Amino acid sequence: MYAFQYHRPASLGEAATLLGKLGDGKALAGGQTLVAAMKLRLAQPSDLVDLGGIAELAGIQADGDALVIGALTRHADVAASADVRKRIPALAHLAGGIGDRQVRAAGTLGGSIANNDPAADYPAGVLGLGASVVTSQRSLGADEFFKGLYETALKPGELIKSVSFPVPKRAGYAKFANPASRFALIGVFVSQAASGAVRVAVTGAGNGVFRSAELEKALTASFTPDAAGAVKVPAGSCNGDLHASAEYRAHLVSVMAKRAVAAALG
Amino acid sequence: MNVKLSLKVNGKAVEADVDPRTLLVQFLRDHLHLTGTHVGCDTGQCGACTIHLNGRAVKSCNLLAVQAQGAEVTTIEGLAAPNGDMHPMQAAFKECHGLQCGFCTPGMVMSATALLKDNPKPTEEQIRAGLDGNFCRCTGYHNIVKAVQTCAGGR
Amino acid sequence: MGANIPNGIGASPRRKEDQRFLTGAGNYTDDINIQGQTYACFLRSPHAHARIRKIDTQAAAAAPGVVAIFTGADLAEAKVGGLPCGWLITDVNGQPMKEPPHPLLAQGKANHVGDQVAVVIAETYLQAKDAVELIEVDYDVLDAVADVATATQPGKPQVHDIAPNNTCYVWGHGDKAAVDKAFAGAAHVTTLEFRNNRLIPNAIEPRAAVAQYSRSEDAYTLHVSNQNPHVERLLMTAFVLGLPEHKVRVIAPDVGGGFGSKIFLYAEETVITWAAKRVNRPIKWTCERSESFMSDAHGRDHATKAELALDKDGKFLAMRVNTKANLGAYLSTFASSVPTILYATLLAGQYTTPAIYAEVTGVFTNTVPVDAYRGAGRPEATFVVERLVSKAALEMGIDQAEIRRRNFIKAFPYATPVGLTYDTGNYEATLAAATKIADVAGFPARREEAKKRGKLRGIGYSCYIEACGLAPSNIAGALGARAGLFEAGEVRVHPTGSVTVFTGSHSHGQGHETTFAQVVAERLGIPFESVDVVHGDTGRIPFGMGTYGSRSLSVGGTAIMKAIDKVVAKGKKIAAHLLEAADSDIVFENGNFKVAGTDKQVAFGQVAFAAYVPHNYPLDKLEPGLNETAFYDPTNFTYPAGSHICEVEVDPETGVTKVVNYVASDDFGNIINPMIVEGQVHGGLAQGIGQALLEQAVYDYETGQLLSGSFTDYAMPRADDVPSFKVDTQVTPCTHNPLGVKGCGEAGAIGSPPAVISAIIDALKDLGVKEVPMPATPYRVWQAIQSARA
Repeated sequence: MYAFQYHRPASLGEAATLLGKLGDGKALAGGQTLVAAMKLRLAQPSDLVDLGGIAELAGIQADGDALVIGALTRHADVAASADVRKRIPALAHLAGGIGDRQVRAAGTLGGSIANNDPAADYPAGVLGLGASVVTSQRSLGADEFFKGLYETALKPGELIKSVSFPVPKRAGYAKFANPASRFALIGVFVSQAASGAVRVAVTGAGNGVFRSAELEKALTASFTPDAAGAVKVPAGSCNGDLHASAEYRAHLVSVMAKRAVAAALG
Repeated sequence: MNVKLSLKVNGKAVEADVDPRTLLVQFLRDHLHLTGTHVGCDTGQCGACTIHLNGRAVKSCNLLAVQAQGAEVTTIEGLAAPNGDMHPMQAAFKECHGLQCGFCTPGMVMSATALLKDNPKPTEEQIRAGLDGNFCRCTGYHNIVKAVQTCAGGR
Repeated sequence: MGANIPNGIGASPRRKEDQRFLTGAGNYTDDINIQGQTYACFLRSPHAHARIRKIDTQAAAAAPGVVAIFTGADLAEAKVGGLPCGWLITDVNGQPMKEPPHPLLAQGKANHVGDQVAVVIAETYLQAKDAVELIEVDYDVLDAVADVATATQPGKPQVHDIAPNNTCYVWGHGDKAAVDKAFAGAAHVTTLEFRNNRLIPNAIEPRAAVAQYSRSEDAYTLHVSNQNPHVERLLMTAFVLGLPEHKVRVIAPDVGGGFGSKIFLYAEETVITWAAKRVNRPIKWTCERSESFMSDAHGRDHATKAELALDKDGKFLAMRVNTKANLGAYLSTFASSVPTILYATLLAGQYTTPAIYAEVTGVFTNTVPVDAYRGAGRPEATFVVERLVSKAALEMGIDQAEIRRRNFIKAFPYATPVGLTYDTGNYEATLAAATKIADVAGFPARREEAKKRGKLRGIGYSCYIEACGLAPSNIAGALGARAGLFEAGEVRVHPTGSVTVFTGSHSHGQGHETTFAQVVAERLGIPFESVDVVHGDTGRIPFGMGTYGSRSLSVGGTAIMKAIDKVVAKGKKIAAHLLEAADSDIVFENGNFKVAGTDKQVAFGQVAFAAYVPHNYPLDKLEPGLNETAFYDPTNFTYPAGSHICEVEVDPETGVTKVVNYVASDDFGNIINPMIVEGQVHGGLAQGIGQALLEQAVYDYETGQLLSGSFTDYAMPRADDVPSFKVDTQVTPCTHNPLGVKGCGEAGAIGSPPAVISAIIDALKDLGVKEVPMPATPYRVWQAIQSARA
């Protein structure tokens, strides 16, 4: 690990100010990705702003028809939350399947979506539920938040405060884990809002989470596993690597969509 | 610039002045000489470095020591009773031959105790899934699962 | 056999070593810190194949904390040798294999990604690592060769000038003419072409070493995570550093798993031992996992074509095998013997196949050296034999168990056509036991039930044999071995009758401190608690060849038995004196020396006391003391064998394979500690299932880059990847060692891969799938289904 300056602000405002003026500064949430990258010398921030001392960032609150989850809420807490399990069980299921036990005890919602790893689980949940990302400056819709490979709409110095997840009528998440890393080789999150609107978010397939128009169309017409399974996802929308070809990933998108719908229907 | 760190390790208050790039596992092994916590990889997967941070199993190789500011840390050295009697999970690992070379064992035991804390009566499937953050290359996991079952009080 | 005392032979006392491992009190190499120690960090080649034009260490040398920097040029100037290979293979033309130099630090050319180019020694590890980044190397990147199947073709990049077409040797074994003749008259020929996937051992403890030099004694001490410290010392002193052995003490303390990968003499510990004198400071080196992936010797990596000739009734007539074996960029310590001596000699399996011929090409590539990994040649041989047999049965419509029974060797001793003589065995017994435990009769119903859930069930068999306790030394020597294959043991009886045993075997998980204590306690009739076992220190153990090839109990245990025989023989003389009887009238039973046919006796402890307080003692004809050493060189291999039956469920939609039932019935001869034996089988099975379903070292064949260079890309078996196992043992005692033991450490890894693969093929046969590659990852199984449907 390269040397860096360490800061531990006590408030979000202070953290944002620090990050705003530090050139190569980075926010440290749970550190499950950032510390690992720094250890391997793949990341070299000049400064690390540790958000761990900011109590206001963690917690889960019901807000009308939404659940608001603080950016520093650990995956394990989301997975175990009675509120989340009751109102958006698919999200609890998703959080309970991230990484492993130890990663879930340290990793955070904000850290995950700010990193926007193309094989991460949370981006699928945020996009699939059409959540809003509340930052130190504004509120961003999920559709505008994720910008492709490890990129988001966050500006320098802008920090995630919380994510507001609208409670859907039903939702489901199905993940096909990479046998080695247990990241999503393919993960599909489907939701149907009270209004009937269907959203389908796919992670692991390409250079970042995306919505599948084909699947949304099919499931809007018929919210059934068979309807999802019948959609042939073009391989062109998927990446290939040593773990899976684009064709296999495309195939898995249909299969996982089918299983996600089945889960949503209980 | 070094950072003043104060935390509790195995029930004892610890104060130190650390380079912020010190990993928690390095702090435990190199500064406190608690070498029971091991390092088996550098990508946060193998789980040999698992400890309890505020009662939860975490990978101490994937956290900076400064992230444990004010926290309570328990390592394998702090699991047994002060008189040396093994924790029931340690005893179950011995009874069930849930270890061979012993290198993954401290981390595995720390994860297993956390697992039972969350789910005191797990099924075999839940135990296997619940140990997904720990590699063992020796036992084929068979006797580790048995040890956790034994500790949970039923086979 | 059978326990005469509590915790004796056949009992399962809980392990003596567990207290320290479970409480964080283990003493692994990286736990050792020596006053004043420095830290080493190696600069490794990022290129698979590159000429080194220039190395500029100036900036690095000026970096904070740097104590010294060494490159290949420094070692050449100091006349430090290269790493030796311990086995000379002679090719089909009677020529010795090509042995290119294996420098500790690259000499002008790097030959694989991870090849050591320079070492920095600094006050802290971070400083050493920072300085490594400041070393500037001017590389001339060359084309690389990484694929074993094509590396010997003309026109490929050449790894070593002295090995044209990257060929180390072409080695033949067996009667080619007889095989050709048998094939010509065969009713059926089954052909198989496959890759035995390349594996990375990944003991959870990374390699580590701490080297010290004492000026006052002109002597070195090396702590190293290693399976055979005496071999390490012998190779390092005699072949590389030119040091006298008595000036080098090698200690392998608690070692966190080996699986073969810690047998070998590696560059890193050798460099820091040499450098410890140069810098006159202790030096510590601990491998990072990312470095392990590109510096620990890998395993397997064969490309094979195999054929089996059968008569119309499914009797095996002959087998023909052609294998290209990847040796990597250099010859690691036992690399040359693994795909030859330890492979082709096992191709008879459990069967009476009368004629077998194997031709093996040892191939250099720009990859990490390949050497022994759990099973070492025998898993590769078993895969050839058992997949051929399973495929032949399927093609000929013969039941999987039946085709095996028709060909089983039934009379022993049995001389195979590939050079081994099996002393004993009962293959029907393990097959019958496995069949019963696996409930093969109920399989059709389970298959139907699974089908209703959309899953495809299959069952696969593997009846393996292995040869353990490689021996005897003289025959191995004639076959090219450059080391002895004996073992040493010392039994030190203390004045009060407790015993310390010093063994040349090394335990890195196998539980020798427990098993060996059981043997000694049983034989001397003393409490298990009165025996401690010491291993892993050339300063304390007379000699040793270490632990590999499931040899510890059959060879190391026998050496201890021989030392016990000497203790008892001397004890009888002492007892005869104490009891005023003739030596020849004394018998030793249950811990007492008795005058045969009388009630006169003295306890073992009294005899021990007399030996050390020799007041009433035959000093005129007997030395005092009771401390005996024995060396044992076996007369033959041991031949553990067994039958494994694997049941899988495949999800045809995703290609996911789940092992739902795994039965292993093994014959390891007599068993000292059943609990430990079962544990060894479990671990081997997980590694074998790992090879079959998950693990694969992937190289980019164009660039020679290791693509699966971390646990994020190399799939290690986790708890939820394997089932609980059903393990059984059948016993035919080994006929040529006094314990009647055969060895159990590798069986699981040897027997399981073909059982798993055959089970998957059985599950998918109705879809038209005839082969699936290893590892059978979900992606590749799905591909196999797609191709069969196309």
